[in-house]
Amino acid sequence: MTSKKKTIKNIKIDVDKCNGCRACEVICSSFHAMPKYSSNNPARSRIRVIHDPLRDIYVPVYAGEYAVAECAGRDKYVIDGKEYDECAFCRAACPSREEFKEPDSGLPLKCDMCEGEDEPLCVKWCLVDALTYEEREEEVIVEEEEAPDEIEIGLETLINKHGLDKLLDTVEQLAKDKS
Amino acid sequence: MVDEECCSPAITSLIQDLKRGKRMRYAETGYNLEIDLSRGNIEKVATDPKETELYLGGLGTNAKLIWDRVPPEVEPFSPDNLLIFGAGLLCGTPATGCNRTIVSTISPQTRLLAFSMMGGFWAPELKYAGYDKVVLRGKSPDLVYIWIHDDKVELRDASHLRGKGAVETAELIKQELNQPKAQVAAIGMAGENRVYYASIEQGRSSASRGGIGAVMGDKGVKAIVVRGTRDLNIARPEEFLGLCNEVLDYIKYREEHPIPGVMPILAGLGSPQEMKVHDEKWHTENFMWGNSRERRKGFWTDEIAKEWTETMEKARTRLISCFNCPMKCGATISMPGLPTYMMKCFTKLTYTMGAFSDLDFGLRIAQKATEYGVDGFSAPQVMAFAIELLENGILSKDDFPGMPEDNEGRFFYLLDMIVRREGIGDLLANGTYWAAKEIGNGAEEFAHNNIKKTEQLPLKLSMLNPIYFLMYSTGEKINITQIEGQFPQAPFPTREAREEFVKDWIQVPDDRFKQYFVDWELRGENSMPFYPTVEMCCDIVDWQERMHYIDDALGQCAGLSSFPLKPPYHIHNYPKFISAGAGIEMDEEKLTAAAKRYRTLVRAINIRRGMRRKDEKPPANHWKKRFPELEEQLLDAYYKLKGWNRDGIPTAESLRELGLDYVSEDFIQRGILGDDEAADATANQQAATAQ
Repeated sequence: MTSKKKTIKNIKIDVDKCNGCRACEVICSSFHAMPKYSSNNPARSRIRVIHDPLRDIYVPVYAGEYAVAECAGRDKYVIDGKEYDECAFCRAACPSREEFKEPDSGLPLKCDMCEGEDEPLCVKWCLVDALTYEEREEEVIVEEEEAPDEIEIGLETLINKHGLDKLLDTVEQLAKDKS
Repeated sequence: MVDEECCSPAITSLIQDLKRGKRMRYAETGYNLEIDLSRGNIEKVATDPKETELYLGGLGTNAKLIWDRVPPEVEPFSPDNLLIFGAGLLCGTPATGCNRTIVSTISPQTRLLAFSMMGGFWAPELKYAGYDKVVLRGKSPDLVYIWIHDDKVELRDASHLRGKGAVETAELIKQELNQPKAQVAAIGMAGENRVYYASIEQGRSSASRGGIGAVMGDKGVKAIVVRGTRDLNIARPEEFLGLCNEVLDYIKYREEHPIPGVMPILAGLGSPQEMKVHDEKWHTENFMWGNSRERRKGFWTDEIAKEWTETMEKARTRLISCFNCPMKCGATISMPGLPTYMMKCFTKLTYTMGAFSDLDFGLRIAQKATEYGVDGFSAPQVMAFAIELLENGILSKDDFPGMPEDNEGRFFYLLDMIVRREGIGDLLANGTYWAAKEIGNGAEEFAHNNIKKTEQLPLKLSMLNPIYFLMYSTGEKINITQIEGQFPQAPFPTREAREEFVKDWIQVPDDRFKQYFVDWELRGENSMPFYPTVEMCCDIVDWQERMHYIDDALGQCAGLSSFPLKPPYHIHNYPKFISAGAGIEMDEEKLTAAAKRYRTLVRAINIRRGMRRKDEKPPANHWKKRFPELEEQLLDAYYKLKGWNRDGIPTAESLRELGLDYVSEDFIQRGILGDDEAADATANQQAATAQ
């Protein structure tokens, strides 16, 4: 195992500063339109303001990894007397909710930090500073793991499908035939 | 060849449109939703892109629909009256602060065109659902709500919501549809009972003036609920985004550079920052409170300042915005023991001061008033008017059975009576003008603060302000804050300060406006009421009004545009926004002409309904010192500049110039304009062509 330096990109979210305007959703969907900025649609945005104004809940969340299944159990958090579902902080596109999915296809969306821009555009457009961008260097531990080669992957698939014994028998048979 | 079968519904409909040779639409969707409530019929109707070029959208195209389809014989509560919810042309695009819904109908209070507006989140959501407007006609036999979810639109039973509060209704509907992201515009009990100043509430925003909530109630519609997940297209994407970024940069610049020398609420951008700023000395001491009667000099003591600050800070959980806007003009308010609600701007003061009470009371009664859905300007004045009639013996104690003795209790009682239309409340629900007529016995003297039959901000000042005289008189928006702006309300004390102010005044349409301001003195020859001169006043008012009308067609909030000093949107960048956003070639001249066109159309609708010069006046006691001769000159000159005749009627010639020949034809047919005027116009035009 070795360690190496990696730049970690982060969006710091200050829920107390969010004013619920959803400019982040507008500019995100606009930036990711094809061609760039040619349309916008918050339902395609990779950042969402999870909000419930009457309960004073405003949580901007940006999309992370896709999850195939929803969580078996979900917690509730009470912060400053306000009750939040765990999902309010969760970045996954998952079967339990409509967040972070393309409205037409249902395919999952994931934040790419607006690659090519100086900072994510949701941050740039958040004039109330609920979103701020941070970069930091971090030592990450890299497990030295050799990448399996193609034959290995192929054989593994065959083993999974037919079983090891059958595969060995077949290889033996083939070897005999060839020699 | 694209196989339509394999595509999403959105793409399929796009392909079908292109096959039919339909022009691609940008910024707007190109569709209106037409709902006949009597028959329960719902249609998606394609609109004509030519209309967009001529009338832009929002108010402009709303006015065109009303002109075409609501003749003057149609009463406000007739099934033939239309109630139009129009999203502005640029709503839903990334243009910051562009989120207004323009609601237009014939007002029960003024019997003229009402075009009250609301910010919030509703208009963009409608665009994302695929529509620019919802046009309601007819009357539903039962109370319903309308559920618009992209292509799926239905009328749903709302009998279980009868009598429910507007905010409460929105929450209940979102729960029953399991649609937390839906946006809801709803009426409360006041709208259901057709109170003439009933509002339409939408979470943190409301469209309040002119009693449009009453028309919604009359049509049997409790709420319109929208959820949209479609794309909105931009004609020239990179250019449009560049413009948006310039606006954001300018907003940041203005946040860091408040205008020196003006009171804090006028120094920055946004609506007056009533939720944020605690110092209310200016408003509380300079307006006339109660039924617009009493100026409370010395009201704002340290003790009151401390008490109000505490009340506000305890009640206010967060400052909040409308869709895609960094300004925080609203707040979430939670009073102990009462449901949470959202408030903006001036409602903070109107109940409090109308009842001569404190902020604690004001925030409590505003919670009820928001749920009932009433206009925060009119409602407290009407209640104060009732108390005044009681105190002056025009109404008696018997008219108020069961009314509590205490001041605050009386206001809660009156609010309840009004929204339920019970007893005297049934008369008061029609506003001071109509109530006074009905009550008689001298009551009309007390309905003293109206313009075009509607209660106004309780401002009573000493010296006539010629700019405001024109705005109050000729405005058809019935709300001064929606007409004023751009030009400072008063001269700065020194020439140096004025010169400094005009240095970076990029928003002026022409440099002459800078000179008007630089030469404007507090005292002496160049002071009010004779300076700015009649001509300058007309010029200034025309500019201010033009900017508001452009905002109302684009759906842009006045708070970032026509209302504050030095706003990020102005006549020089708006044409670029329209060109790049909607793909309609636009320049300052063309935009000015378009705004003049639908502004004139708004006037034409009202002229056809009988409005004339005689109706164009501020409350008689608005200023102590009046100048009848000057006022006549101002009106004459302004009418002339606008292309209206001496009676305020657009002339055949000016109508022709604007491409509104159909209006002059109608006017001639109805005898509003004489045949000779039309003939003159033709002759003039021929002469012009001959040259």
